[in-house]
Amino acid sequence: MRNVFLFIRSNFNFLFFLVLQIISLSFLFRYNKFHEAAFMNASTEITGRVNEKFDNVAYYFKLRKTNDSLISENRRLHQALKENFEAPDSLRRLILDTLKTDSGKMFLKYNFMEAKVVGNTTALQANYLTIHRGSSELVRPNMGVVSPQGIVGTVVNVSEHYATVMSLLNRQYKVVVKLKNGGDRGTIEWDGLNPLFVTLKDIPKSASVNKGDTIMTSQTSSLFPANIMVGTVYEIVDDKNASNFYTLKIRPATNFYNVEYVYVIENLQYEEQKRLEDSTRKKFQ
Amino acid sequence: MSELLKNIIRYVLFILVQVFVLFKVPPLHRFITPYLYFLFILWLPFNISRTLLCLVGFLFGLSLDYFSRTPGLHAAACTLIAYVRPFIINVMISQEGTDKNYISPSVTSMGWAPYITYVLVLTFLHNAYLVFLEWMSFGSFIYFLGKVTATTGISFMLIMLTELLFYRKQKFRTNTV
Repeated sequence: MRNVFLFIRSNFNFLFFLVLQIISLSFLFRYNKFHEAAFMNASTEITGRVNEKFDNVAYYFKLRKTNDSLISENRRLHQALKENFEAPDSLRRLILDTLKTDSGKMFLKYNFMEAKVVGNTTALQANYLTIHRGSSELVRPNMGVVSPQGIVGTVVNVSEHYATVMSLLNRQYKVVVKLKNGGDRGTIEWDGLNPLFVTLKDIPKSASVNKGDTIMTSQTSSLFPANIMVGTVYEIVDDKNASNFYTLKIRPATNFYNVEYVYVIENLQYEEQKRLEDSTRKKFQ
Repeated sequence: MSELLKNIIRYVLFILVQVFVLFKVPPLHRFITPYLYFLFILWLPFNISRTLLCLVGFLFGLSLDYFSRTPGLHAAACTLIAYVRPFIINVMISQEGTDKNYISPSVTSMGWAPYITYVLVLTFLHNAYLVFLEWMSFGSFIYFLGKVTATTGISFMLIMLTELLFYRKQKFRTNTV
């Protein structure tokens, strides 16, 4: 016993170093389970506040770009108003029935909530955004996040007034999207090489793909409403017929360097869908 | 200004500069992430005990981790260089009693060549360990080598710029206490 104590005393520094290493590595590799619950909530609240202070300054430098993107979004929404559609006066007329969306919330599936971005990284391998809207403002983990230009990511962590969003530029992020032209579905992920491009995989070679084709969200992702802009095809990577699936280089529609405002999307029917899917899985296990 | 207060201010400043300036810089190349924050550990005083040094390194890395949302990544790298630092200093100090006559490692206290070696070795260790941990979860070997080299080069350049811009005067204390 005495020797054990002597050993600890003589090698105290090295053992202390080892303990600290083990603590930090366990933080790193068991991040998703234990650590998130234990520390992340409190730390998000603190780092969120610092981020907000900084953003108050940086915000002024991006006002022009923010304004531009909001104006172009406004224009798009004005374009969709029913007053813009008018058929000639005849027996057959185009009538846009707005009753479904207006009366009651029965059919409403997606609810948009605006939020300000107060923290954002693009230089790392795992990039996250911090938004100034948290659990007391109805944000929950696993909600989709879009910017005026296109999709941004998914909420992963929520504190009282802040939430962190795993952005498209994160190695762990995956989302199901489709080609606008043809509707073939594939998965978007990031290879961590260049923050200007993401990769789209699993599109079968039977689909017709050209440079500049639009990629949109698919209704099967259940985080995002269908037909929200994701990006455009920048390059079709030549794999010399090694696979039956395309690998496409996609330029995201969202500019992650100057995103200022985002919308958090709540899927009001998600619970029901998930319950059904889970019970189906249990039944046929 | 007392040495403790000075270091507390540095602690906050280095974290803020790293998070709000260097992480915000648009990437020049996929291999390059400009790291400067660990200079805080290199500037800590000579007389700090090795246990405390490790602990400070760990906490310092962890504070950065909470901003970049990668708990443990920078903490592991900082703990490593904080642990190795005393060994390198022992090898690099040429004259007897430098660590008693001066407060902290710098060009004036150690001389140009030993100080640069000290910075280079620790920068390399920090970046190699950091990229190694990243590489464990993804990436190829070319990525590992390229990123370690490029990041070390950029970090070293940034550290030298900081040394020249914020020249630290060090008084020679004659009476060895």
